Amino acid sequence: MSLGLIVVLLISPFAGFLINGLFGKWLKGKEKLSGWISALAVFVSFACSIIAFTSVRGGGGMSGDEGILYEWIKGESFAFNIGFHVDALTTVMLLVITGVGFIIHVYSIGYMHGDSGYTRYFAYLNLFVFAMLILVLGNNYLMMFVGWEGVGLCSYLLIGFWYEKQSATDAGKKAFIVNRIGDFGFLLGMFTLFAAFGSLDFTTIFDSADAGNFQQIFGASTLVIATLLLFVGAVGKSAQIPLYVWLPDAMEGPTPVSALIHAATMVTAGVYMIARSAVLYELAETGEVVAWIGVLTAFFAATIALAQNDIKRILAYSTVSQLGYMFVGVGVGAYASGIFHLVTHAFFKGLMFLTAGSVMHAMANELDMRKMGGLRAKMPITHWTFLVGAMAIAGVPFLSGFWSKDEILHSAWAISPVIYGIGLITAFLTAFYMFRLIFVTFYGESRVESGVASHLHESPPVMWVPLAILAIPSALIGLLLGWGGHNSWFHHFTEHVFPKAHGEASGNMLVFMGISSVVGLAGIAFAWIRYRERVPAAEPTHALHKLVANKYYIDEVYNAVIVQPIKNGSHYLLWRILDTGIIDGIVNGVAAAIRLIGGTLRRLQTGLVQAYIVSMVVGIVLFLAYYLFVR
Amino acid sequence: MGLEYYLILSALLFTTGVIGVLIRRNAIIIFMCIELMLNAANLAFVAISRHLGETTGQVFVFFVMTVAAAEVAIGLAIIVSVFKHRQTVNVDEVNSLKG
Amino acid sequence: MNAEQILFIVFGGISLVGAVSVISFRHPIYSALALIVTFFAQAGLFVLLGAHFVAAAQVIVYAGAIMVLFLFVIMLLNLGTLSASGSIVGKLKGVAIVLGLLLAAEGIYIAVNALNETAVASAQPTAAPVTTYQIGELLFSKYLLPFEVTSLILLAALIGVIVLVKRDGPDTD
Repeated sequence: MSLGLIVVLLISPFAGFLINGLFGKWLKGKEKLSGWISALAVFVSFACSIIAFTSVRGGGGMSGDEGILYEWIKGESFAFNIGFHVDALTTVMLLVITGVGFIIHVYSIGYMHGDSGYTRYFAYLNLFVFAMLILVLGNNYLMMFVGWEGVGLCSYLLIGFWYEKQSATDAGKKAFIVNRIGDFGFLLGMFTLFAAFGSLDFTTIFDSADAGNFQQIFGASTLVIATLLLFVGAVGKSAQIPLYVWLPDAMEGPTPVSALIHAATMVTAGVYMIARSAVLYELAETGEVVAWIGVLTAFFAATIALAQNDIKRILAYSTVSQLGYMFVGVGVGAYASGIFHLVTHAFFKGLMFLTAGSVMHAMANELDMRKMGGLRAKMPITHWTFLVGAMAIAGVPFLSGFWSKDEILHSAWAISPVIYGIGLITAFLTAFYMFRLIFVTFYGESRVESGVASHLHESPPVMWVPLAILAIPSALIGLLLGWGGHNSWFHHFTEHVFPKAHGEASGNMLVFMGISSVVGLAGIAFAWIRYRERVPAAEPTHALHKLVANKYYIDEVYNAVIVQPIKNGSHYLLWRILDTGIIDGIVNGVAAAIRLIGGTLRRLQTGLVQAYIVSMVVGIVLFLAYYLFVR
Repeated sequence: MGLEYYLILSALLFTTGVIGVLIRRNAIIIFMCIELMLNAANLAFVAISRHLGETTGQVFVFFVMTVAAAEVAIGLAIIVSVFKHRQTVNVDEVNSLKG
Repeated sequence: MNAEQILFIVFGGISLVGAVSVISFRHPIYSALALIVTFFAQAGLFVLLGAHFVAAAQVIVYAGAIMVLFLFVIMLLNLGTLSASGSIVGKLKGVAIVLGLLLAAEGIYIAVNALNETAVASAQPTAAPVTTYQIGELLFSKYLLPFEVTSLILLAALIGVIVLVKRDGPDTD
């Protein structure tokens, strides 16, 4: 594999960004051109990714010095390079990012039709792909951090894409600020690693860590602290407890953005990071923390999703929940399974977001599913593709989600049956809320408002073709890559990347598969019983439901516990007392003192020549006296 | 006569000039006092020149005289134009530079 | 007491009295006349010191040209009547006299101690007067550049004076 290939792969979306970003004015009248340039840029990356993938499959790869493009920062005892690391994990990520990214770009051409910020949208989208590629291609933590921040920026820009809307800009700011907390952890983690290893290169760090050859800056718990700090970054970026609050709000952005950034790629960066740092997590034995946070998030988010009525919010909480599964996977040491779930999730969740976009497109941006119902007849393709996605996530046997989720749960059993149990309950909830969504939206009586109903239509080909294409891997990729569980093709492909999982998965896999299938189907059946014919306006109103529907009041709690104290502290302590009182006081005091001194001194400036001469003569007399009698 | 007598005379003349500059308000008389000071300096120059047997001191007196002539010409021109604008040559009435 | 000492006391006394008169007379015309007297007395002192050329220049340049200029301006502006009253800035008078006395004391101290300076003490005073020839030789050899610069200063003063007192506007007569 040549360095040139990687550079082309990386530069192509950046070129798309530059073209759309710099020449957007000239492309204004030519929407289609702008969108296709952007999509083509990602397609070039996709093609390069396939080449890289075949190369890695044939035993190729890129690591260490051969991947170094140039020296970025050079110091006495350290050097940071712009360098690339390509192995099985990287290529899997590349294929997901560019493959799903390309399909979503094409879909966006139809979805964003007529938007005034059309070229801006595609510029951001290309920039995002570029940043995401840096994140997964980098051969050191610093490059990863650059990509990490880059995707954060693009996420912010795209959430607040419709900046005329107050809620959109608020959501953008919320995402940015919450992510900042995580990024701070990531930074501290990086500092810790650098202090311990004197380098940020993956290979250097992992080799030294394996050999125990590093500075014990925090004693025996150096690696524990480093990995936990890095995990704080992952918690922010991948929306886990307690920093998940930004992701549901991020749905203010255009729907394809939700599909690409907030379901398929960026939010999985944390999972990727942990999988990449697998060696460290194994040595530090902090995986269990990751797994617990993951499973709690999965369960917690799933319960919230039960009582939401906004399609995209249900999908958002579902994403948070599924990310939790991925963290369970990488936490219990089943790195391949975690990444495998990342891949399948990217397809089926991307698919579901795009179908949700298709529904919005037809329903004049309506998101409340209580105002839908019976859409199946008017939008057959959307319905079928969504059904495929929902079945995949629900764990219907032989669809992709079934394989990946089952592998994770199976591996979790070996570590902790409790994690397995919560995961299983979550799987049931997942099936239930997804099919609640389907039944309420696509089946039953139509509750669509008459004005909207008249032009209810299936989306144009540029939108439904991507849906159809995504539906295929959503259904089949699990079967193709995951057949055979822990002996599957995917595990073999990635086996050189990850350290051996510590507890060998025990028990008969078929039993686990059977249990998962039953649970998933039970969830679907339960949803069918409850929502097949029911008007959801008549939801139960007891306290528990209210609590869940209001997302456990977490936003309100955060607001009361964190935001308000900081606001008050800033307003009263920092602004009123510190800023206007002390700092302004000092500044104004200095000014007043100078004015006072100046006011006094200006009296000396009498305008009388003789007064000046007097002072001059006094000076001469004193000087002479000093010269004659003192010296 | 010893050098010191000439120098003492020179110092007294100079001081008289300084006092004149300080206490008079008529710009022309202030100018005259400046001439007095310059002359006192000249006297010291010549006295020391003689004491050291050096001609250079007298050459410097020549230069001082030229500069004094130029200075008086300019200064009086300024006084004339000030007078044209303000109808006075009293320095305490010309205080536009008061802070 | 020889003739030189007598002459020194006479000329020195006249010049001191003249100088004090300059700053004491209320009317500028009297001050100007007193200044002329001082200048003449100083020319006498220069002769005593054997500086004949300087004495001549003193009479011609100071007592002649410069003093004529003073008198001319005083009469042109007719200052006598204008500044007849309150010729002394009252507030500064005391300060000025104290300062003047201090300065004079310091000057006398320097004069008395001048002979203690090695360069001055080791010198051999000559009674022979300095000739114009000697001064001219120095002026046109060692001090040629300053001499030429002097002429430039005079030229600049000439132009400056014309610019300063020139009437503005085209209605010149």
